[in-house]
Amino acid sequence: MSTAAVQIGAIAGRSIRRTVRQPAMAIPPILFPVALMLVNAAGLEASTLLPGFPTDSFLAFALAVPFIQGALFSTMNAGTDLARDIQTGFLNRLSLTSLRGSSLMIGQLSGIVVLGVVQACAYVVVGLLTGVHFASGAGGIAVLLVFAFIVSLGFGALGSFLALRTGSGEAVQGLFPLMFVLLFISSMNTPRDLIAVDWFRWVATVNPVSYLIECVRSLIITGWDAEALLLGFGIAVAIVVVSVALASWALTVRMTRT
Amino acid sequence: MRSVAPVALGVAWRTIHNVLRTPALLMPTVLFPLFFFTAFAGGLSQVRNVPGFDYAGDYTSFQFVFVLLQSAAFGGVFTGFGVARDFESGFGKRLLLASPNRLGILVGYALAALARWSITATLLTTIALLVGMDVGGGPVDVVGLYTLALLLNIAALCWAAGLAFRFRTIQVGPVMQMPVFLTLFFAPVYVPLDLLSGWIETVATVNPVTYVLEAGRSLLSGAPTEVGLAFAVGFALIAVFAVWGVRGLRRAEAAG
Repeated sequence: MSTAAVQIGAIAGRSIRRTVRQPAMAIPPILFPVALMLVNAAGLEASTLLPGFPTDSFLAFALAVPFIQGALFSTMNAGTDLARDIQTGFLNRLSLTSLRGSSLMIGQLSGIVVLGVVQACAYVVVGLLTGVHFASGAGGIAVLLVFAFIVSLGFGALGSFLALRTGSGEAVQGLFPLMFVLLFISSMNTPRDLIAVDWFRWVATVNPVSYLIECVRSLIITGWDAEALLLGFGIAVAIVVVSVALASWALTVRMTRT
Repeated sequence: MRSVAPVALGVAWRTIHNVLRTPALLMPTVLFPLFFFTAFAGGLSQVRNVPGFDYAGDYTSFQFVFVLLQSAAFGGVFTGFGVARDFESGFGKRLLLASPNRLGILVGYALAALARWSITATLLTTIALLVGMDVGGGPVDVVGLYTLALLLNIAALCWAAGLAFRFRTIQVGPVMQMPVFLTLFFAPVYVPLDLLSGWIETVATVNPVTYVLEAGRSLLSGAPTEVGLAFAVGFALIAVFAVWGVRGLRRAEAAG
């Protein structure tokens, strides 16, 4: 096995174990989005009576939201973990070793990506148990899990970048309101073409979170919608490219060996 | 009773002073309700066109009442965080030693919660009026609505302070927050009670906040209904949580 693979394996193992051993980090990202979805779906079921609403089940419509909300949470989880490593001096000790920055980054993000995919599986199970029919079938569920992988990676790298730049878990946690705003000012509760307030529709249209939600939603309620999938995957991959580049740069600065 | 006032005013002044001088404490209380108002009133306005949605005003006013009540409740909860912080840092112990009448401590925190919420309520109301919210009710109705919110503010403060006095650590924050958050969201947030169905209808029907919310909305729209019931619920919540708060204060005294 190559040196890089050993290094990645060691860091990834630590990251996954740390995530699993902290129920406070692993459970809320699964439970809170599901609880919010169930409450919203119950309260907004009447919305499906609106002319042009794309489905007769608000639960099916809302099921897309936890996938993205869970991924947004992973930004904070990844950042908080890494910030703790910085604050405790663990990263400084690592910088004294021959560990490659790329190995550290890939390994560090593994725990978050594993959590992201586990979350996505949990949401699929919740959907199936509550009677949601996935219009794209088993293939769509597989694509959905791949999408969850990419989105978790993108937001996890973004959280890592912020942790590396600030070195503070509190600063990363301070992102929570911003993540919440991005989620709520999107098409999470209403299809964009049914949003009556012009400025809100405009904000939802320029908000990338809308397209991530609509990509997942298309697999659940529409089937195979090429436009929604291309936009969703395109934006998710763009987030991965930008955030991994930023995190790599920030890691290089943080681990400068003097 | 005379010895309550100086303690209450001292605690209230200190708490308000701290909040106003610390943006990190003030901003969440102010920004979260504005954000919810924007997201709900802006993003969900089409819900007004759902068949059977029989509210007299527009959807902005429908959501305004929910967000106003939510801001009042969270004004109380966030002040409870401050109580917990004071006791965690040891300031609470010194406060207990220095107070001739310790009931004044709880009253003081309640005054601070009210002052804190009034900032949010003023800003929220101004913004709602600027975006053209329908106000069908007259001055008496509007005063009734704000009084209902005030009752929730006091009840939430007593709930949160009761926990803070008992646990004396900020780690109890989620326990203060989550039940209030859930109780509010288990009310008819997005549509009137008649349009709810399934488990949420059952929960909303037995949720006391539902009656405060529905009466508040009726007051703002100028067609008051079940206002007496809503006030009874409000006063009952205060009575229950005031006992909870005072007993918590006694626990803190006993803990030394």
